[in-house]
Amino acid sequence: MNLEYVGLKEISGPLVVLEGVKDPSFEELVEITVDKEKRLGRIIDISGDVCVIQVFEGTHGISLKNTRTRLLGKPLKIPLSKEILGRVLDGLGRPVDGLGEIYPEKYADVNGEPINPVEREYPRNYIQTGISSIDCLATLIRGQKLPIFSGSGLPHNQLAVQIVRQAKIADEDANNFAIVFAAMGVKHDVADYFKNSFKSSGVLDRVVMFLNLANDPVVERIVTPRSALTAAEYLAFEKGMHVLVILTDMSSYAEALREISSSKGEIPSRKGYPGYLYSDLASIYERAGMIKGRKGSITQIPILTMPNDDITHPIPDLTGYITEGQIVLDRGLASRGIYPPVSVLPSLSRLMKDGIGKGYTREDHPGLANQLFAACAKVQEVRALASVIGEDELSDLDKKYMRFGRAFESAFITQDFNEDRDIIQTLDLGWLLLGLLPREELDRLSPELIEKYYGNPEENESRYRQWT
Amino acid sequence: MGETSQGTIYGINGPVVKVRGDHAFKMMEMVLVGHEKLIGEVIRVQENETIVQVYENTTGLRPGEPVVSTGSPLTVKLGPGIIGNIFDGIERPLTSIARKTGPFIGRGMIMDNLDTEKLWDVKVLVRRGDTVRPGMVIAEVQETPSVVHRVMVPPHISGVVEEAARDGSYPITRTIARIREGKTVHNLTLVQEWPVRTPRPYKSRLPLHEPLITGQRVIDSLFPIAKGGTAAIPGGFGTGKTMTQHQLAKWSNADIIVYVGCGERGNEITEVLEDFPKLIDPRNNRPLMERTVLIANTSNMPVAAREASIYTGITLAEYYRDMGYHVAIMADSTSRWAEALREISGRLEEMPAEEGFPAYLPSRLSEFYERAGMVETLNEQQGSISIIGAVSPQGGDFSEPVTQNTKRFIRCFWALDKSLAYTRHYPAINWIDSYSEYAADLKDWYAENAAPDFMTLRDRLSRILQEESKLLEIVKLIGSDILPDEQKLILESARAIRQGFLQQNAYHEQDTYVPIVKQYHMMRTVLHLHDQASRLIAKGIPVSVIRRTGVFEEVIKIKYTIANDDMGAFDKLIARIDAILSEIEASYRGAERRGLA
Ligand SMILES: Nc1ncnc2c1ncn2[C@@H]1O[C@H](COP(=O)(O)OP(=O)(O)OP(=O)(O)O)[C@@H](O)[C@H]1O
Ligand SMILES: [Mg+2]
Repeated sequence: MNLEYVGLKEISGPLVVLEGVKDPSFEELVEITVDKEKRLGRIIDISGDVCVIQVFEGTHGISLKNTRTRLLGKPLKIPLSKEILGRVLDGLGRPVDGLGEIYPEKYADVNGEPINPVEREYPRNYIQTGISSIDCLATLIRGQKLPIFSGSGLPHNQLAVQIVRQAKIADEDANNFAIVFAAMGVKHDVADYFKNSFKSSGVLDRVVMFLNLANDPVVERIVTPRSALTAAEYLAFEKGMHVLVILTDMSSYAEALREISSSKGEIPSRKGYPGYLYSDLASIYERAGMIKGRKGSITQIPILTMPNDDITHPIPDLTGYITEGQIVLDRGLASRGIYPPVSVLPSLSRLMKDGIGKGYTREDHPGLANQLFAACAKVQEVRALASVIGEDELSDLDKKYMRFGRAFESAFITQDFNEDRDIIQTLDLGWLLLGLLPREELDRLSPELIEKYYGNPEENESRYRQWT
Repeated sequence: MGETSQGTIYGINGPVVKVRGDHAFKMMEMVLVGHEKLIGEVIRVQENETIVQVYENTTGLRPGEPVVSTGSPLTVKLGPGIIGNIFDGIERPLTSIARKTGPFIGRGMIMDNLDTEKLWDVKVLVRRGDTVRPGMVIAEVQETPSVVHRVMVPPHISGVVEEAARDGSYPITRTIARIREGKTVHNLTLVQEWPVRTPRPYKSRLPLHEPLITGQRVIDSLFPIAKGGTAAIPGGFGTGKTMTQHQLAKWSNADIIVYVGCGERGNEITEVLEDFPKLIDPRNNRPLMERTVLIANTSNMPVAAREASIYTGITLAEYYRDMGYHVAIMADSTSRWAEALREISGRLEEMPAEEGFPAYLPSRLSEFYERAGMVETLNEQQGSISIIGAVSPQGGDFSEPVTQNTKRFIRCFWALDKSLAYTRHYPAINWIDSYSEYAADLKDWYAENAAPDFMTLRDRLSRILQEESKLLEIVKLIGSDILPDEQKLILESARAIRQGFLQQNAYHEQDTYVPIVKQYHMMRTVLHLHDQASRLIAKGIPVSVIRRTGVFEEVIKIKYTIANDDMGAFDKLIARIDAILSEIEASYRGAERRGLA
């Protein structure tokens, strides 16, 4: 194991090829010394005594002659202990905050292992985020993976910060929650923005940050979310904490994967991304959930920017196929100054069905959400028609929908970055807005619920006027 | 079992391992890889190298470690203990894995596929001196309260019973009958093995003439699938593939359900595991889990086992078919299976065809769907397998290779539509793009078992929807106000059909499953309203007047207001509709007369 190999056979992008290797193992960690500097790498292909090694810090400055390589006899593991809370680490779990080494309680393989489906516990507890569009229409559930599909320049970071700040994830025990933050290829100011917001909301000592910034090595970017989730699994399933994991930006992650794949000479599938992008993303996103008999949970909020705002691009597309719904931000709303610019129709929470309604939020929640979706769909239709024939030519009913649409955007979707609405406020607001529509239009709600919650539209006219 | 052989690992690239050394591995043979004995399968044999795909994570494997053949291809064990169980892609029980490695799935586990200790009450049906043929039932076991397991003579074995066990409690490994076939003696136990990639034999194929009733209106009434048929559910993410598959697994009138979670979410499997033991099969009042078997290779489990999971599932299905059962298998999602093929193929550096998929994708798909069908079994019983495969097209675009190739081999296409899902019209099955080629074959069944005019009503219903879709093109440009009243009525009736009939609430106690008679009466009622309204309009009564009475809303709410077993309520409702409409007519005639006067 202490053999040292001098020089390399080949260098290609972030990969190097080493020949004459004795007893390598697949995915084994290696240490490459370049002049005086040490770098880490991982064996990703073995053929006889020839190994292909992925160098986490990149291959700049490496020549065929100036390296000495040692096999470390183990896969990539990161040190873990409860002390990681409050710390800032790099993508491989090494401290970068100048606060010294971490005393490990254990080391864990960053690849993790799949949770056995028979040992999972189905997530059912909802997390109130205080944001109406999410709480009512795409409810977040503890243990869910719910990504934010955004575009460059849209306020996804603000939204994530608002969720973190307002989320009532610390129900029974205030010391029992943690935030794991992984940055992949984001700029310094984004990382700083998150850090400052954690600080100002007083949770910084409950946060562990794994940073691989835009100018950090690409290969390390592949490991960053895995290190973060390894830490999350440790905190959740061994220390019983409720962990909220923010992964940003998954698009940079996928691009890094593409870059490495192409330097390996792999056959690409769509848009140059490797054919295994789905499985690879799944090996990240599936590391969320709850386990029977364990106290903690992992809730994931991955953030991704859709290239060209295109939801059919492989990154959002394959993400949507794995996660349990998505919150979609819309440039049109944002440009009209609406915050948070949540586009209601394509947003979805698949787990909300079991975590809302009677006994969870309020009995009218499922029907109300359904009715609001239906009304928004109708608004979209009517707006399309209005843009053709003009709003004045619309039927009376269609005009009511136009008005509902405006009020919905300005009163329900729109809310201040600091405004924290509880679920009852949110649901009542939803009913108030339905008052803009004739009673007969409420086809997704039972007569009993309508009887109980549908108010008197005339009484609320003054408020409506203010919103439309 | 053939002779075994041994080689050593030469190269490792993800799940693909190259083996060298003095050996004679056979194609598709199962092998044990490395000191940890990871399970793998031979997928290419070359002069000096054999390539193996490994069903488990290969981290830590080293060149030089041994690879040992098992002498047989990838097989499954078939016997009591399958139903109600949950297996991984190569039939290892996930509960046993959990017992060994806890909440996370470990590696290198060779274990009994079926419980070998459990005692089953066995009723032996053969006696000494009986002659037995392949497929003949030699014993019966009550596998679950819902399923009698018929222990069969394996295909390719026949002979005379030399000795038969008495009725009693036995483990699956106990010999039940000794069969002499010429010079050889076969000891038959409660289990047999079968290679997953080989279809099990049957006597002959039979025509399809009976629907698989699912209780889902848009399926049963508009796009029915026959027992023994094939259907694909393509749709972008979040459009409802899994929900539809779950609904079918819950409510379809198959005897046995095989549910394959192939490369999808862990929580969805957990959900089935939590729900199915609690849900009651309306046909025998027993928990649904008692007729269900789950195969789970979730998206983060090894990709090679994903490829195998489909074959494991269909082989289990064939085994129960051979007992004379009607089996339905759901594969969610066949796209993940195709992608597993692509990934392995890519690592073998094979020449890709479309979008990186291997050129043999179409033949693999057709081989799979060919294993569906209604058959006469070796034992001269009727049994069937219906296959319902989800397809997850990239970007939701149906022109991609998996959807297109699947379309060639299935006869029922339930196209899920993103815009319907966005508006929360569930199930989001698009009524214009979907089709069923079985409708004609099933005509007689519906006429005899549902109602003589069932298919006539169905055709009228779909015609209204088609007309609506044409009209909507116009409405998009000019609005609906200026359409003539008979066209406005089409829009109104179509709305009632969409909201009242096609939309079905999977979370509603009554609406989640609707018997075929009620489906018929719902169609009849909405069409009756349409006809009567149409008569009034012909007399010059505007559709808005009819609309204002709320009759359409009343018809839309039938699903909630009329119980699934209260067919009498329909005649009352129709009478009410008639009363409302004749009132309009009367007052209109009155108005007309006054106008004339
Ligand atoms: N029949 C239905 N009734 C009520 N809700 C439904 C129905 N079908 C789908 N939904 C809603 O749509 C969501 C997504 O459905 P589903 O999980 O079946 O999608 P999918 O097509 O399998 O997506 P993916 O490809 O990502 O797995 C569900 O969580 C549910 O909220
Ligand atoms: Mg699904």
